[in-house]
Amino acid sequence: MSEIRKGYIRPLDLKHGRVDMTHGSGGRAMAQLIEELFARHLGNEYLAQGNDGALLPAARGRLVMATDAHVVSPLFFPGGDIGCLSVHGTINDLAVIGATPLYLAAGFILEEGFPLGDLARIVESMAKAAKEAGVPVVTGDTKVVEQGKGDGVFITTTGVGVVAEGEDYSGDRACPGDRVLVSGSIGDHGMAIMAQRESLGFTAPIVSDTAALHGLIAAMRRSGAAIRALRDPTRGGVATTLNEIARQSGVGMMLQEAALPVNPEVAAACEFLGLDPLYVANEGKVLAIVAPEDADTLLAAMRAHPLGQRAAIIGSVHEDAHRFVQMTTGFGGRRIVDWLTGEQLPRIC
Amino acid sequence: MKYIEEFRDGELAKGLAAAIRQVASPERRYHFMEFCGGHTHAISRYGVTDLLPPNVRMIHGPGCPVCVLPIGRIDMAIRLALEAGVILCTYGDTLRVPASDGLSLLKAKSRGGDIRMVYSSADAVIIAQKNPEKQVVFFAIGFETTTPPTAVAIKQAQALGLKNFSVLCCHVLTPAAISNILESPEVRQWGTVPLDGFIGPAHVSTIIGSRPYEFFAEEYRKPVVIAGFEPLDVMQAVLMLVKQVNGARAVVENEFSRAVTRDGNVKAQNLVSELFELRRSFEWRGLNEVPYSALRIRKAFAGFDAERRFDIAYQSVPDNRACECGAILRGVKRPQDCKIFGTVCTPENPVGSCMVSSEGACAAHYTYGRYKDMDAVNA
Repeated sequence: MSEIRKGYIRPLDLKHGRVDMTHGSGGRAMAQLIEELFARHLGNEYLAQGNDGALLPAARGRLVMATDAHVVSPLFFPGGDIGCLSVHGTINDLAVIGATPLYLAAGFILEEGFPLGDLARIVESMAKAAKEAGVPVVTGDTKVVEQGKGDGVFITTTGVGVVAEGEDYSGDRACPGDRVLVSGSIGDHGMAIMAQRESLGFTAPIVSDTAALHGLIAAMRRSGAAIRALRDPTRGGVATTLNEIARQSGVGMMLQEAALPVNPEVAAACEFLGLDPLYVANEGKVLAIVAPEDADTLLAAMRAHPLGQRAAIIGSVHEDAHRFVQMTTGFGGRRIVDWLTGEQLPRIC
Repeated sequence: MKYIEEFRDGELAKGLAAAIRQVASPERRYHFMEFCGGHTHAISRYGVTDLLPPNVRMIHGPGCPVCVLPIGRIDMAIRLALEAGVILCTYGDTLRVPASDGLSLLKAKSRGGDIRMVYSSADAVIIAQKNPEKQVVFFAIGFETTTPPTAVAIKQAQALGLKNFSVLCCHVLTPAAISNILESPEVRQWGTVPLDGFIGPAHVSTIIGSRPYEFFAEEYRKPVVIAGFEPLDVMQAVLMLVKQVNGARAVVENEFSRAVTRDGNVKAQNLVSELFELRRSFEWRGLNEVPYSALRIRKAFAGFDAERRFDIAYQSVPDNRACECGAILRGVKRPQDCKIFGTVCTPENPVGSCMVSSEGACAAHYTYGRYKDMDAVNA
């Protein structure tokens, strides 16, 4: 579009400009937004094809596909924003299946009136996250909705990865005797969002743990430990994720409260708001179920990786027809760690 | 966390458990009611009963603000949101309490009612400031602890000259509920609820002080130990109650001395009596009509009283017939004695109010302790 009269096209005004309906109309304004914002930051050979879909080389292995919609509020929070979160979320969904993530697609729903400068920040953050992870965004779509019909920006990302035969993980393979590991402190992301939303003026800000986990998971695989299941404990937190695995595998679990890694500021904020860190979302943690004899090997491999330095063995799997996840409390009693009821926190990812 | 972890120390708990085992006479049984939902929650969450000897039994009391709210009060709030079109602000747990016609505030919200969860009464005042074209009603529930913040909100609204802020006042009073339980035929005549003493409220007592309980100790010969909401507080209170029972004493003791005095928070008490007056009678879920057991807004502040402003009257609605919340709130039954506990009535689909709030006896037992009713494997 800009080849003929380049000088006549004003660049996007990232300082004062706002999204308007023309940015989603399919016309020149939309083409400009794509070119100056999305293509500029996310650019790669597949996106550069400029077609409605990306033509990709044949993949070796079985394909894994995952999609994740992101509606977090606020859009920017300590430790990240909706841009990098949308990249990490889908990569992690692929990685916990055991897949090597290859490509991402991104769909944006923008609200009329949203500052273009903020959109640029989000896209830049997305591009940085994709680059660091080595997983390009190869195709995308943008729609604009009228003011009041959205909440700034919603982003859906879809990812494709490959996994070799026999190297995938599933939540239905936990066996009695197995150990339960977590890669680090729990509840950081959810409490970072909550502290921001409720304007809780903590002196030490709580930082989201949003991160792509495929590197850590690759290191865990290389350790040779007999990993049965992996899962990232996002919404509903560690408690809900372990209940899912217990149900899928038809087993019970027993956690040790004293072994749970929780940052002191997260523990304090949870106490303050009456929340339980076990139910608060994480965006850069992985739960692993592993054969008992390999638990220490896996723990060492996790701790050797930057994203797993505070990894811990937090419990074990046992037979239980009721599929209860239970916990020995630091107090010395016992209790159930149940499924999350209702919603503990609104719009966290 | 400093000042918190100390009260959850497992080693100290073991020591207290041993002390209780030592003083509790094996020949007799001890039945103590923890009045507050906060205690109920702590007992279940930390597994306190696992540390008590089998002859010491805890009975859950009615001190869960959401649980004792009758259906008719929720109906009033829903009517305000759906029919009068107000912005209705309330504390979180209230949203899920089942009301008439299969509704709850949460369901009324999905039908278009502007219903907002707030953490503080002050947030409701801010919402009123930001929405001058709308009427904003704060659905005020709770015992003596939450009453002063409601009073402050009304004062703030008055100072700001807000004409669009009012309060649907459902504040209730602890001593009235304790009297009601002690006077109930189950305790007084039939003896079906054996009661040897009370763990007195923590936060409520910071406001009203320990003095109001002295009457119960004297008149009904029941020991009362005011205790904090941490698990070690509860254990210590149990130990103190066992000692009182063994010594045939019935006095008010204060375990929660780090926050409670005999006179309480006089400033808060004065503020409350400036704005509120006693209702002649108020319906509680489970306890029915209890005389002089709740507060309403005084005439001088009538402009802030949603009941007057919107001219809505309370209509009593019977509970679901299968629901045992009433008996559970009076200590007559345990959650697991209810036929619909864990089957029809679950935290996802609560039938009765005790399954809603995390402080409710049913929700606490379902969420933390239901494995005890089953042959779950000991790992």
